[in-house]
Amino acid sequence: MVARLKSRLDQLVQSYRTFATSRIALLGLVFIVFLSLVGIFAPILAPYDPTKLVDTRLLPPSREYLFGTDHIGRDVFSRIVYGARVSLIAGFGAQLLSLAIGMPLGLIAGFFGGRVDHLVMRTVDVFMSFPYILLALLLASILGPGLRNVILALGITGWTSMCRIARVQALSVREAAFVESCRAIGASDVRIIARHILPNSLAPITVVATLGIASAITGEAALSFLGMGIKPPEPSWGSMLSEAKLYLYASVTLGIFPGIAIMMAVLGFNLVGDGLRDALDPRLRRRALG
Amino acid sequence: MGLTGGDGVRDGDLQESILGLENLRTCFYTQGAVVRAVDGISLEIRSGEIFGLVGESGSGKSVTALSIMRLISSPGEITEGRIIFRGVDLVELSEEEMRRVRGDKISMIFQDPTAFLNPIMKVGKQIAEPLTLHRGLGGSAARSTVLELMGLVGIPDPEQRIDDYPHQLSGGMRQRILIASALACQPDILIADEPTTALDVTIQAQILDLLRELQRELGSSILLITHDLGVIAEMCDRVAVMYGGHIMEVAETESVLGAPQHPYTAALLESLPQLSQSKERLQVIPGNVPSAVTPPPGCRFHPRCSYTEAVCIEKMPSLVQLADGRQVACHRCI
Repeated sequence: MVARLKSRLDQLVQSYRTFATSRIALLGLVFIVFLSLVGIFAPILAPYDPTKLVDTRLLPPSREYLFGTDHIGRDVFSRIVYGARVSLIAGFGAQLLSLAIGMPLGLIAGFFGGRVDHLVMRTVDVFMSFPYILLALLLASILGPGLRNVILALGITGWTSMCRIARVQALSVREAAFVESCRAIGASDVRIIARHILPNSLAPITVVATLGIASAITGEAALSFLGMGIKPPEPSWGSMLSEAKLYLYASVTLGIFPGIAIMMAVLGFNLVGDGLRDALDPRLRRRALG
Repeated sequence: MGLTGGDGVRDGDLQESILGLENLRTCFYTQGAVVRAVDGISLEIRSGEIFGLVGESGSGKSVTALSIMRLISSPGEITEGRIIFRGVDLVELSEEEMRRVRGDKISMIFQDPTAFLNPIMKVGKQIAEPLTLHRGLGGSAARSTVLELMGLVGIPDPEQRIDDYPHQLSGGMRQRILIASALACQPDILIADEPTTALDVTIQAQILDLLRELQRELGSSILLITHDLGVIAEMCDRVAVMYGGHIMEVAETESVLGAPQHPYTAALLESLPQLSQSKERLQVIPGNVPSAVTPPPGCRFHPRCSYTEAVCIEKMPSLVQLADGRQVACHRCI
């Protein structure tokens, strides 16, 4: 038992080492961890209520108000801190929904092929023929504002790339000889997909999911920017940018801080996604080490 | 559950047929052409024997094996014939019923153990799969059986190896893992499709020894598919020679290899390198394996046969039983 735990630990350490050889991916991870901590401890970190007016409007950054105050006098720092919560929840939530829709559909399409494949992939084509954000905007306007609806809108529109990658994986793995030996011991299709195709497809799916979180975060910011996202008094980086654009001459910092926050989050997930791709692809791994 | 103890099967009911192929025909439908990979063969495998199926590449050996497992997938299809296993026609079974036969009653091991193991699943888990599927065993119950199986197939230190991944084992060990998985449910028949082709010679001998030993211990029948007459000579009780999707000759191994009746079998044996003779060149059978799309009329072997007569081109010889019990498909022998 101890030996088993130890070998498991060794494997994790090995994967981590490969991942860590890429400094830049580690930087991304630092961003994500930092923002996650900020989001989790928002009530402790934020000096003021993010929805309450605290002082005169459009104050510049000061010791009292780290990032200044916004156009109606709320503390920008507190709003950024609480905004991390919204962004990360929207990003993870939407991507989880995409994963739940896209991955099984893709695996089924790729594994069975034929008509099932056609049906699923043509549906994907229809979804992809609309610009992602327009479709999300349409859904968000039907569903109405709010974090839950933003997640629904982004999840329902964003599953297509996940579906495609899962399909391609299933297509290639199902040709592997060991799938034949699974059939030869009497495994059912469902079992083969769940126990053999899925685990063998997980590496690229993880990468796409990580990159998908980044795009869901931009998606949330965009929806909020366009007024279809988070309900106004709640803080969201996207809606803060939107509000700031009217007051940029009065206070540049109003736009800069939420911009930097969005950039950090998106960059973080993108860097980690790239790093994961390198770490999980054995061909790239050898090159990175050698 | 005890894994050993099928003693006495071998001498007891040697004559009892466990698997019978009757006029089995498997075709592949490719663009505009029908490939008749297995073209109406009949065979009988008896309980507790090692039955060899030998032939060149493309003679239909592997397709025969996959047909028995009902693992022929589109564009291939079993178009005719019956596969009688313990009185049940496997061709008639539903996919669900067939699934319960695979890995439990009939299992199969393949050529290349590396490709046929899931690279990211621990070997112990892979051996346990048929147990989970057919016996509902999981967790620690399966684990102890797996350890027992690993010991049985000669994997040293099973406790250590059970949590290894396939890439941590050598080729021979991987083949042992596949064998353990195939034997987990104590099948009545083990189909071994060129089980040693991908292994080096010393390991080949070990794996063959192991198969023979396990066959004796468990009392299963083995259908051994190979193109290596040496393997046949060493392993098999009876042997069928396949050529162009047909069976050419079936008999006890000694009589087929010692006194071949079919010209193809004879030619095959003559083309083996002989240590006693120092020839410059090996003897070969002139010509090529016949196309399965447009097979030659009459006997499949007639274009390459040195005894061809008019009747060989006109009529396909059927498999007939000779006085000594062997079956041969050749006009000369009738």
